[in-house]
Amino acid sequence: MSVLEMRSISKVYGRGAAEVQALRDISLSVPAGTMIAVMGPSGSGKSSLLTIAGTLEEPTSGAVLINGQDVERMSNGAKARVRRRTIGYVFQDFNLLPGLTAAENVSLPLELDGMSARRAHLAGLKALEDLGLGDQARRFPDQLSGGERQRVAIARAVVGERSLLLADEPSGALDSANGESVMRLIHTYCKRGTAAVVVTHDAQLASWADRVVFLRDGRIVDQTMPPAGPETLLEQSS
Amino acid sequence: MSVRHALLALLSEGPKYGLQLREEFEARTGEVWPLNVGQVYTTLQRLERDGLVETANGDTPAEHDVLGNVPGAPQKAYRITPAGSAELSQWLRVPPDLSSPPRDELVMKVLVAITVPGTDVHEVIQAHRTYLVQLMQEWTRLKEDEDGSDLAFSLVVDAELFRLDSVVRWLDAADGRLRRARAEGWAPARTAQATMPALARRRRIGARQQ
Repeated sequence: MSVLEMRSISKVYGRGAAEVQALRDISLSVPAGTMIAVMGPSGSGKSSLLTIAGTLEEPTSGAVLINGQDVERMSNGAKARVRRRTIGYVFQDFNLLPGLTAAENVSLPLELDGMSARRAHLAGLKALEDLGLGDQARRFPDQLSGGERQRVAIARAVVGERSLLLADEPSGALDSANGESVMRLIHTYCKRGTAAVVVTHDAQLASWADRVVFLRDGRIVDQTMPPAGPETLLEQSS
Repeated sequence: MSVRHALLALLSEGPKYGLQLREEFEARTGEVWPLNVGQVYTTLQRLERDGLVETANGDTPAEHDVLGNVPGAPQKAYRITPAGSAELSQWLRVPPDLSSPPRDELVMKVLVAITVPGTDVHEVIQAHRTYLVQLMQEWTRLKEDEDGSDLAFSLVVDAELFRLDSVVRWLDAADGRLRRARAEGWAPARTAQATMPALARRRRIGARQQ
């Protein structure tokens, strides 16, 4: 069963002359342990696809299933639980709360979900340590480098064993070495069973994905084939 | 790829055997470019002919046993000459010829696709984009299991990824430029002619490649 399944999703903003068709008949299935990258120019519908996958917005038509559950049929409470427990979001500009330390930023979603402050804090610390940020736990976002801030944001997105990671240009504001380490991290989580959708216009970052989907004018126009073995490369270069 | 200069570089560390040179060449280029032993010996013969290396019989390289060579087997060791060192030092500093646009096959295909009736140039561009990204995925997969300790390998993979990425970016830019042009009413038949001085300048740059 796929962690995320989008069935014939369409999205229209505005009406009449101002109508914009952002997504047209998008079907996408993301099994556990798989990273999908969505590439396309600005205005191609990448961000709409991600917000609809993340249940932050409703499609005009079509269905979104998270772990087999149709989002449209969920109560508001159930939807909110899915957002807190199942889905982790990573944004280009990190979206960390400036008044909270790194550890507090990471443990906040767990506390909001009803976990005791002490347990949430310990889980937050553990997530930061996993990402090599144990020493930075007490620092505030403005005391961290861009790369560190994004890793804190990833820790926040994955804390509490969430099964779906959604990232919008997660390394857009980072240099190439930091960008690569962010993708390597998301890739590592996927190998442990997380499903991920990463939206990017950067082919080097997209190439970390198992499958790359190309979006144009709200439609999927093409996608890469499933992985071939490394042998094919060596054959080509010899 | 200059095998010639790569061999000179390896010999600049001390005398070595042909087989050893092959192994070290492959190890130091991240095992990405295989080299057959025949190629090594042909290159060594040419280097010797040009006075850039000489045989170093009598000198036993320290790595002799590590190679697993049969003791007493007829093996020739090579040593770099002063002329070879000078050649190597000069080669490192001379920029490879990237100054003029090659007759890039992909660029040609896109230029042609604009004019062939019934051809959607954007579809052509997308087909190439998908292929290139797929190739980049394969390189990235090779990198995945590496922790970065094999520096030569990481450098080679980065070079390939940046090269392919630059082609994808050009396709993205071409895609956008063609869409804008069409939105502004551009048609193949109405292509503007360059002025004579501009034309001469363009041809001068293009001709360097031939």
